[in-house]
Amino acid sequence: MEGYLPIEWCIFWAVISVPFILIGLWQMKKLIQKDRKVLPLMAVCGAFVFVLSALKIPSVTGSCSHPTGTGLSSAFFGPFVTSVLGTIVLLFQAILLAHGGLTTLGANVFSMAIFGPLVAWAVFLGLRKLKLGLGLSVGITAGVANLVTYSLTALQLALAFPVDGSILSAFVAFAGIFAVTQIPLAIIEGVICGLVAKFVVRVKPDILKTLGIIEDEEIAKIQGEAA
Amino acid sequence: MKRSTLEIVIGLVVILALVVGALAFAGEAEWGGADGNAAGLIDETGYTPWYESTLWSPPSGEVESLIFALQAAFGAGISCLIFGYWAGQRKAARKD
Repeated sequence: MEGYLPIEWCIFWAVISVPFILIGLWQMKKLIQKDRKVLPLMAVCGAFVFVLSALKIPSVTGSCSHPTGTGLSSAFFGPFVTSVLGTIVLLFQAILLAHGGLTTLGANVFSMAIFGPLVAWAVFLGLRKLKLGLGLSVGITAGVANLVTYSLTALQLALAFPVDGSILSAFVAFAGIFAVTQIPLAIIEGVICGLVAKFVVRVKPDILKTLGIIEDEEIAKIQGEAA
Repeated sequence: MKRSTLEIVIGLVVILALVVGALAFAGEAEWGGADGNAAGLIDETGYTPWYESTLWSPPSGEVESLIFALQAAFGAGISCLIFGYWAGQRKAARKD
């Protein structure tokens, strides 16, 4: 998509993204200083974005598309830390693969690494308030992160390229391209992240407890399912 | 079957069904993102990209897939290393 987004929009999205990344870096530093145990989990979340955003799966529309993988870290660490992890991956793809693009980096960072995770994180907190199980909550969160990311991409393109002056009809056209591809991917991503979250509870519950994501009672319940 | 195993099996079946379904219906599946299609839609409006990357770009489709594979391998390697480490730690803790 290099060069497709008009320069004013490139700058606009980049400027909005910067504060999120700075807060993310600061939060990361604080979390690690407080308890180094969270570092491996953070690495796993980052690695997840790497794996999932490299998996291109063919879609009914006759092209390939990939999941975003940001759901896991949104649920565990919130949107700010996720914005840092997502930016690393987007930089890698932009530089080595010419995929996504450097001029569009700001827009991509905002949709994939900031806005998607931000909405997903809010959904995650809501689901947990409703006492929904961790696996299911993380799964839904991951799906939401994916769908919101692509809806926002469609909106970003629509804002830059209104059809006959109408942003709405442009949005519908762009969203149509993404929607068919992304819904199955969002489900796949949700299933994977949900299963991984439960695995983490089984082998390393103390990190999640430190992060305030889960209580003893639920840990015992999830560990009991494997016995 | 243990509930945890059952969950994993169901999860894998769902993923497999979706991937196989996608492959079966896909027909021509180019190695491009859905954003490439969106670029096509923009081209139709007569807009020309204002910037063409002069930096490095993958010389061929195979090299591109290679880098994608490396990216996935790197991520999978790190997560599995840590997962294995945790599983081992847990097993050792249980023995004590």
